[in-house]
Amino acid sequence: MTRAATPSLRTQGLGVRFGAFAAVTDVNLTLEPGARQALIGPNGAGKTTLINLLTGVLRPTSGTIHFGDRDITPLSCDRRARIGLARTFQINTLFPSLTPLSSIVLAICERDGLASTWWRPLRRLTRVYDEAHALLGRLKLDALADTPVAALAYGKQRLLEIALAMAARPRILLLDEPAAGVPEDESGELFEVISELPQDISILFIEHDMDLVFRFSRRISVLVAGSVLTEGTPRDIAADARVREVYLGSSGAVHA
Amino acid sequence: MAIVLFDGVAYGMLLFLIGVGLSITMGLMNFVNLAHGAFAMVGGYAASLAMQHAGLGFFAALAVAFVAAAAIGAVLEFAFFRHLYRSHPLDQVLLSIGVVFVAISVATYFFGPSMRAFTLPPSLEGRVNLLGLEVGRYRLFLVASGLAVLAALLLVLNKTRYGAMVRAAVDNQRVAAGTGIHVQRLFFLTFSFGCGLAGLGGALSLGLLGLEPSFALKYLIYFLIVVCVGGAGTISGPFLAALLVGIVDVAGKYYLPGAGAFLVYAVMVAMLLVRPNGIVPRKGLA
Amino acid sequence: MKTLTIPRARLPWFEALFWLALACSSLLMPDKLTLLSQILIFGLFAVSLDMALGYAGILTVGHAAFFGMGAYAAGLLAKHGWAEPFSGLLLALFVCALLGYLLSYLVVRGADLTRLMITIGVCVLLAELANRLSGITGGTDGLQGIEMWPVFGRFDFDLWGRTAFFYSFGVVLAMFQLVRRVLHSPFGLALRGIHDSRKRMLAIGSPVEARLRLAYCFSAAMAGVAGALLAQTTQFVGIESIGFNRSAEILIILVLGGAGRLYGGIVGAIVYMLVHDVFADMNPQFWMFWLGIFLIAAVMLGRGGIMGMLSRLVVTKGPQ
Repeated sequence: MTRAATPSLRTQGLGVRFGAFAAVTDVNLTLEPGARQALIGPNGAGKTTLINLLTGVLRPTSGTIHFGDRDITPLSCDRRARIGLARTFQINTLFPSLTPLSSIVLAICERDGLASTWWRPLRRLTRVYDEAHALLGRLKLDALADTPVAALAYGKQRLLEIALAMAARPRILLLDEPAAGVPEDESGELFEVISELPQDISILFIEHDMDLVFRFSRRISVLVAGSVLTEGTPRDIAADARVREVYLGSSGAVHA
Repeated sequence: MAIVLFDGVAYGMLLFLIGVGLSITMGLMNFVNLAHGAFAMVGGYAASLAMQHAGLGFFAALAVAFVAAAAIGAVLEFAFFRHLYRSHPLDQVLLSIGVVFVAISVATYFFGPSMRAFTLPPSLEGRVNLLGLEVGRYRLFLVASGLAVLAALLLVLNKTRYGAMVRAAVDNQRVAAGTGIHVQRLFFLTFSFGCGLAGLGGALSLGLLGLEPSFALKYLIYFLIVVCVGGAGTISGPFLAALLVGIVDVAGKYYLPGAGAFLVYAVMVAMLLVRPNGIVPRKGLA
Repeated sequence: MKTLTIPRARLPWFEALFWLALACSSLLMPDKLTLLSQILIFGLFAVSLDMALGYAGILTVGHAAFFGMGAYAAGLLAKHGWAEPFSGLLLALFVCALLGYLLSYLVVRGADLTRLMITIGVCVLLAELANRLSGITGGTDGLQGIEMWPVFGRFDFDLWGRTAFFYSFGVVLAMFQLVRRVLHSPFGLALRGIHDSRKRMLAIGSPVEARLRLAYCFSAAMAGVAGALLAQTTQFVGIESIGFNRSAEILIILVLGGAGRLYGGIVGAIVYMLVHDVFADMNPQFWMFWLGIFLIAAVMLGRGGIMGMLSRLVVTKGPQ
């Protein structure tokens, strides 16, 4: 299936305040088509808030967001998801009473506009089930397809988070600490999966593990106290003294 | 016309007195308490008993009503309600329906289904001339009481330490607990106080609405309207809403007798459409 | 506690047995046919509430608004000249679906409390309306003089209630199968998703509010059909069909049986109405008292109802 080139995701002057507290201020961020961009910064810098702004969970108090030529700032959360913006949550936000298989089936149904049909039995949608199995297989979850989500191991739940986002066939993928809480030997596998994602998807990921950041990103944005401190290639960022001071600690060595 | 307005205000004050406790409970503890009318009923019966069997005067009976309702509220809070603060609203609804059913059936058993006899105390009988208007003394007393309670509550909430704790807990319960506020005790006291106020209101309604066991459910909808339309968790919101409901109801019944209570419900639905969070949306108490 | 394991493939047999037993009850208790019909009708009403409450998560103590509307719609249609039974059902279905659809815009948005208020408010408002328009509805005397035409043109509504029973049985069974179909459809899956995590549903592009509105609309339509059935089989519509007490009662029935489970409403209705019948001579105050005690105990001791209890004792195993 041929698709039009992924548009870029662009913010201009994006900001949100809660009363007197400015969580995000004047962020100009561009996610190019096919990007592999990391968003790093100390705790409380506003990274998740930024993702929430991009996906529509939060309304900005200033600035705009453009998806290609289109101003998506007034669009609701589910509208943005339908035009191709998918995300994962920092804390697993899954469907505890469903199974991985039915979760993915649900996501595909919503994507294809099938979720409002109330007269047709689910099991007739063989095409959907096939696609769901294929996706689960790619993420090595196929063996657990019928296990209740609540019973899955944490690392597998993280993978399911990504699978849910992938099921929507997004054009932009926003990953909020995909490896959070995942033991080190499993996080590599997680990022292998991410690196195998189609090249035409633009990915922005928040991550704290610097090894993973430098290994998988082609571009890094550094967010501090709600604004972008600097942006650049991994090499630039590793060499930047300000970043080292603010985030890595002035005595920290960096592996680039 | 002015009389109708005044009567409406008096009725509204009564609704406010009973409903304000519910507003605080719902706003503070996020607890849907459909049994609130039962506490008003308890107060009414306590006052009635105090006057008829213990020979107490009306004003003393009001105090008895407050204490009785607060006491029962305290017991129920300790036994049942406090375990459900974090529960699903369905559980809270079901429990409170259970409590109100028990209350109504017990009241019917002990007091019979008919309306409770009540004689106005001599000091509140008759009319008095207020600004050229001949108003009923009892209704004037209701208005005065309502205003007094409003003033007292606003004072307590805005000027005392207890009030500050309540406002903090309404805003953010977890953080309030983190600052050392004993939230459970706060809930306990506030809930009991709210019930006491309801009991007071119930006793006062002896002379205006009449007391019977079905009181608890019959007027429940009005208390809920007052709280929802006014804004749960605030004091002035329910005050305004109560006035609105009182006036609309009395005026409606006077000018459009065929419409009955229909007008109030219609106004309620309209208000909730326009302001789903209440006249005074919750941003801290008062 | 020992659990009993049932292979999932066998479940349909148990269900068929259940419905067969219900049908046969008409033969075992021929003098209680009215009660049995009402059990079925209230079972359907409870299942409709479950669609709103258990599956769409809309807390409502005002569902009798639709039950009553359906009853009055069907009753009035019959009284004013067209007493064909299925037409009455269809009218009730459409009227309540429309009412439910309009109300859903109010009910689906807003916090729990506002929503609860609106559902109670609308119910009480309609009850008051029914009271006021006593010229049309019969007010507190109820709507009388309904004479239904025979079902399929052949089966008269007899005095013993036999036709009424089988008519109700057929309609309720059909509606039940429809509910089951809906729950096993993509829409049903979406409802379960919303129930689990609204946030996640929004993130995968689900127009959550639209889904909930549709669920509420269904729920209203079904409650309307139940009301219509009652009107047609008892040939009477009482004003209590539409008030707060009826809404509270059906909520209790559903919770008794177990919300969020396909058979919860029906099981709840069976137990509640049988128990109510046994104690029919009891003083209504006693009934209310014990009902209140039961509610308090049920909440304090944990939810799930009868079906919840069953699900802990009986485990199903095998492919879905």
